[in-house]
Amino acid sequence: MTTGAVGRAYPRLEGREKVTGTARYAVEYPVDGVTYGWAVPSAVVRGRITRIDAAPALALPGVLAVLHHGNAPRLAPGPEPDLWLLQEPAVHYRGQFVAVVVATSLEAAREGARLVQIDYDAGPHSTVLTADHPGLYRPDQVNPSYPTDTAEGDFDAGYAAAPVRMDATYRTPAYHNNPMEPHATTAQWRDGRLLVHDSNQGAVAVKAALAELFELPRESVRVITQHVGGGFGSKGYPKAAVVLAALAARQVDRPVRLALTRQQLFGPVGYRTPTIQRVRLAADADGRLTAICHDSITQTSTIREFAEQVAVYTRSMYAAPHRRTTHRLVRLDVPTPFWMRAPGECPGAYALESAMDELASAVGIDPVELRIRNDPAVDPELGRPFTSRNLVGCLRDGARRFGWADRDPEPRARRDGRWLIGTGVAGSSYPARARASAAAATARPDGRFLIRIDATDIGTGARTALWQVAADALGVPPERVEIQIGDSDLPPAGVAGGSMGTSSWSWAVIRACEALRDRLRETPGGVPPDGEVTAEVSTADEVREQPALPRYAYGAHFAEVRVDVDTGEVRVNRMLGVFAAGRVVNPTTARSQLIGGMTMGISMALHEEGVLDERYGDWVNHDLATYHITGCADVERIEAYWLDEQDSELNPAGVKGIGEIGIVGTAAAITNAVHHATGVRIRDLPIRLDKLIGLSPLA
Amino acid sequence: MTTDERHSSRVAFDVNGGRRELTLDNRTTLLDALRERLGLIGAKKGCDHGQCGSCTVLLDGRRVKSCLVFAVTLDGRSVVSVEGLGGPDELSPLQAAFVAHDAFQCGYCTPGQLCSARGMLDEVTRGWPSAVTDDLTAPAELTDAEIRERMAGNLCRCAAYPHIVAAIQETAATR
Repeated sequence: MTTGAVGRAYPRLEGREKVTGTARYAVEYPVDGVTYGWAVPSAVVRGRITRIDAAPALALPGVLAVLHHGNAPRLAPGPEPDLWLLQEPAVHYRGQFVAVVVATSLEAAREGARLVQIDYDAGPHSTVLTADHPGLYRPDQVNPSYPTDTAEGDFDAGYAAAPVRMDATYRTPAYHNNPMEPHATTAQWRDGRLLVHDSNQGAVAVKAALAELFELPRESVRVITQHVGGGFGSKGYPKAAVVLAALAARQVDRPVRLALTRQQLFGPVGYRTPTIQRVRLAADADGRLTAICHDSITQTSTIREFAEQVAVYTRSMYAAPHRRTTHRLVRLDVPTPFWMRAPGECPGAYALESAMDELASAVGIDPVELRIRNDPAVDPELGRPFTSRNLVGCLRDGARRFGWADRDPEPRARRDGRWLIGTGVAGSSYPARARASAAAATARPDGRFLIRIDATDIGTGARTALWQVAADALGVPPERVEIQIGDSDLPPAGVAGGSMGTSSWSWAVIRACEALRDRLRETPGGVPPDGEVTAEVSTADEVREQPALPRYAYGAHFAEVRVDVDTGEVRVNRMLGVFAAGRVVNPTTARSQLIGGMTMGISMALHEEGVLDERYGDWVNHDLATYHITGCADVERIEAYWLDEQDSELNPAGVKGIGEIGIVGTAAAITNAVHHATGVRIRDLPIRLDKLIGLSPLA
Repeated sequence: MTTDERHSSRVAFDVNGGRRELTLDNRTTLLDALRERLGLIGAKKGCDHGQCGSCTVLLDGRRVKSCLVFAVTLDGRSVVSVEGLGGPDELSPLQAAFVAHDAFQCGYCTPGQLCSARGMLDEVTRGWPSAVTDDLTAPAELTDAEIRERMAGNLCRCAAYPHIVAAIQETAATR
């Protein structure tokens, strides 16, 4: 019997604000005496600034200051060297912020930024990832703390002995997160305290970083993050905008609004590293895998190490006695890569799920059946049972809904006029994790309740989901619950990332509500008429003591594409995803997240590609006219479903997280469908027209 | 606001039904005039180059990207931003449909989507064809494919596209 709020489709609590233009984002708060900051990027890749002439900029009416390494307030060197901005003349990559112009108007700030004269002493650079780069090395671990390499059995022997072998290398380009709202901050100093309205995915880290950089007690920093115009990982950690705004506000002693430009989001805020992935699979004649190897090559910067866990997906996805995964990295003169929706799993699944499709063709087994046949009974590396694993259920349900059963496996078998039609499938998986959080629950004398937690709603629907969870935990209708999030004065909570927002935050909210109910039972006479009763808890101990078990969400993607026989144009007729992700708190917002992830997968397959020009050491297509993302006209039919899944080994709400799994495997489903339609195997994304025209006897 | 007197102009135009008179830096876009001078934050700055559609407003009833319009060119003109479509307590049917269909996630592109949809529906009413209209002489039909094509200039990175189409379709059906 479910009569609670969880599982019901409530509209977003902030919906009315968002459709009326009254929801305030980071640089939209009224501030007296506000000024405007404009960041100036470096024009060289690697070198030193030898001279800065700010005079032409300062001569403009309205320009108040030009900050640079020679005059900016000093920052303490923190653990994050990417945030140590305007402190030294060294330039590590093209586009690194080397100055900020502050003016009384946006127009003057922008004009001033153009007029700052900077001379550099530039040296040679290396900015292109190659499989044989002399700088390749083995990192000590990969993100967040996985072993760099793993091995079970004897891959080389197992591979050599198998009757069916598949060896292919897959490449993905740099991807740029491009949330619609740029990284943006309003910074104000008041009596030695720093207040920022900031666009981020987690205020706790922003507060900590600012306190450390500016050598302030943490209680002297407040971060307000009510509405965020998307992040997709790129706002998961404080980035340049918030530091530059705080520096500028301190320099001019006035509030500063600073938003990065769209062009400035292609690099300094992070991006998904390009990848080069070799996958080798070996199987017996029945398609049972005997050996799996996944070798990943990615890049990081000279500033710090970011080692994307690309091959980690392969460690637990399919069974095989002989297995190996490796990660190699090279330090290039590029901006530091960072999280982008499902870092690791997203590019890794593209490679493995493509390879599985190639193997299915090689052994003549249906690609759905091949995956079912190789579903492991226990985690292949840990040897332990999964807390729940419903990949097979997703594949079967998806195949039924999609109408997979009648599929002719032969490529180029279906044609409709000028269009070749094909279908493809891919598996999907993403870890189900949780982090420690705190939350407070308050009972008021009028029978209403207040939930307070510094969670962040970047568009996921977190505010609404936590409100539903709280209502059920309190045993009251949600209309009696108010929720406050997005303010570092609230109990601290973890980042909106890693698909662990709802799992982590709901855990704390439920425990706070339980503690409040206990307290109310112990309060004779209930809530006093002129007071309130509050319980605040942290889940730190409980999360730390949780046993280490293989916890994953699963999914299956099905795609139908049509490919123009003359032009090679690819259109996605249909995407269908089925997911097993634990309990779904709000079907409305869950569906939106899942189809959003799937659409970003279409974008990865067909549209997105950061094109770097080694001469300039930078991406040449750094705006939304030239870096293409999927638009409204590209999404024809898209469906997301989920299985009813109970898993008592997760967290009190029983959720696995749904923010990322939608993009994992999607691109492979589409490339597999393109192969089915055309016979052409695309091993380097995106699927561009020229790759199909040049390689296929289409017409 | 410090503006260089030599490079500023006095301009008067209607915003959401009210007359506004401003002295503006000649470089000020309509988007920045709305956001930084008039406190109307609904129109969003996503790219400032007319590439994303987040800043879409209606200018004399037609949709424009307000980051590409210099405000000093608007003397005597009429602007409607998302704030003019309806407030939180008086949602227009289009806004209500966006909420009901969850036609947004982060909400940043939403004001532009709404203004674009409003303008697009009027274009269809006037019989304007789109790139996917088969018969250029017949009255334009509002199929899903037509809506997708006509809304293609408004990017949504959260990818609420199918819900946007559904919300517009519902609004069109009931008006």
